Amino acid sequence: MASSSKAATSEGGAGHGDGVGRRDFLFIATGATAAVGTAAAIWPFLNNMNPAADTLALASIEVSLNGIEVGQAIKVSWRGKPVFIRHRTPEEIQAARDVDVSRLPDPEDDAKRVQKGHDDWLIVVGVCTHLGCIPLGTAQGETRGDYKGWFCPCHGSHYDTSGRIRRGPAPKNLEVPTYTFVNDTTIRIG
Amino acid sequence: MASMQGKPPAFNSAVVRWIDKRLPIFTFMHHEYGVFPTPRNFNYWWSFGGIAMVMLITMIVTGIVLAMNYTPHVDYAFDSVERIRRDVPQGWLIQYMHMNGASFFFIAVFIHLFRGMYYGSYKNPRELLWMLGVVILLLMMATAFMGYVLPWGQMSFWGATVITNLFSAIPVFGEDIVTFLWGGFSVDNPTLNRFFSLHYLLPFVIVGVVVLHIAAMHVAGSNNPTGIDPRGPQDTLPFSPYYVTKDGYAVVVFLIFYAIFVFFAPDFFGEPDNYTKANPLQTPAHIVPEWYFLPFYAVLRSIPDKLGGVIAMFGAIGILFLLPWLDTSRVRSGRFRPMFKWFFWVFVIDCLVLGWVGGNPADAEISILGMHIPLLWIGRLATFWYYFHFLILLPLLGKIERPLPLPASIADSVLKPAAAR
Repeated sequence: MASSSKAATSEGGAGHGDGVGRRDFLFIATGATAAVGTAAAIWPFLNNMNPAADTLALASIEVSLNGIEVGQAIKVSWRGKPVFIRHRTPEEIQAARDVDVSRLPDPEDDAKRVQKGHDDWLIVVGVCTHLGCIPLGTAQGETRGDYKGWFCPCHGSHYDTSGRIRRGPAPKNLEVPTYTFVNDTTIRIG
Repeated sequence: MASMQGKPPAFNSAVVRWIDKRLPIFTFMHHEYGVFPTPRNFNYWWSFGGIAMVMLITMIVTGIVLAMNYTPHVDYAFDSVERIRRDVPQGWLIQYMHMNGASFFFIAVFIHLFRGMYYGSYKNPRELLWMLGVVILLLMMATAFMGYVLPWGQMSFWGATVITNLFSAIPVFGEDIVTFLWGGFSVDNPTLNRFFSLHYLLPFVIVGVVVLHIAAMHVAGSNNPTGIDPRGPQDTLPFSPYYVTKDGYAVVVFLIFYAIFVFFAPDFFGEPDNYTKANPLQTPAHIVPEWYFLPFYAVLRSIPDKLGGVIAMFGAIGILFLLPWLDTSRVRSGRFRPMFKWFFWVFVIDCLVLGWVGGNPADAEISILGMHIPLLWIGRLATFWYYFHFLILLPLLGKIERPLPLPASIADSVLKPAAAR
């Protein structure tokens, strides 16, 4: 668009002797309208690929914590992704708190990753922050990695008892989803 | 096009003459595929372009038929593919042709690509022809990746998850882009639906780029094993019947190998895990992409940084666009380049090593003479060499290498092969 208006200018355009005429204005105005119009026409087709309203509506679930013994963990499905719920032992909580936070790859205090008064419940999205695999360590007997949390078998990321990345290619800690305690034994995720 | 300047042929059929006067497709075919002057010294490496074309057509035909029985829904996709294999008449054959056809399409295209590299087919005046070829390769990779997702097995699902997550490495917008690609918060039904739609579309885009690729080839004419231009009629043969029969023979031999796999080892290139239905809550212990992606997967894993790995992986293909300008040698054919000839084969081996590393688990080791060497290191070394070859070696070789004397003409090299070398 710019080059065509420039070409018109160099040829003198129409009317005025200073090189900038009505025709240049029309060229630019037409070009700008066409560009905006094209973008406006493309937008619905791109936005069409974003999550639909019913997909967004599936955003929250309630989970009962009854029956998860201390030291156990379960996996629930939320938005098509697994969420790990771990009932941590006092030793696991202690191990997570005894770490020098500033030396972690993604520094974050364990107390900020759980809810106050519910320190024994660690709730994280069970998706490795590297390339999206599900780390092992939730079910009994699965390897929990060198830091006793989770271990991702795809590319070898180790997470600790707070779900924080300690070693491996993953750049971030396991994500803590938005959740609230509805009562002492039920949480709502999302 | 130079070949369009000749007189239209005298067609015997009045119907053909009537059509040709109004739409000269017969004249076009006669010029571009009948009498088209083609270097007389092609070896069989030159047949792989035509072979790739045959595979593209095979993929489109089998794919259209498969789509008639396939259901792109997370609850039905896996079962519909099993039904195609078990219950649909001849479904097993067409599904195996399609599945193995992808592998053999890539085999043909990789050989075609390495042939172009060895004989300098990317050099002036064929740079754009080469770049269109790289575009075809990229489109093929996108198509193959999305096609692999459709059976909705474990490898389909986790392959899709890992590859789409590559885009989360993009700063700032990464997560939004991944959500956009998925149409949700994970690989799910919207993802499967759009992949099916695009998997059906892209092959026809490939056909379009292939037409441009061939059109560009007909402007410059084909390269040939000596890399020197034809000087006259004594250096060329009409495409038909000479190369129609030669390429036809090569196609038949290639299809024999293809048929051996389709009929006797249809799952040779596949992964057993993909016969397990996709489970979003369980990652298989060892995720591998299809074999044709393994070298690039090895490059991805050899860089310890997430964004860096993604850039290195896409860069490994992107660098091919620059190849015509990275190779500074004026001699096209590797036949007359005593140093390049060796480094070419080192590069081929390097690509094979990358593929081997990519197919092994990330923490695998090999033991040589009692030493345990992590494959990660070998992958890093091979990744380094891949880039070293393009960025340092090729620009340098053109300056320091002393090429062998070129033959006087193509006819000369054919009739006096000993003297030519």
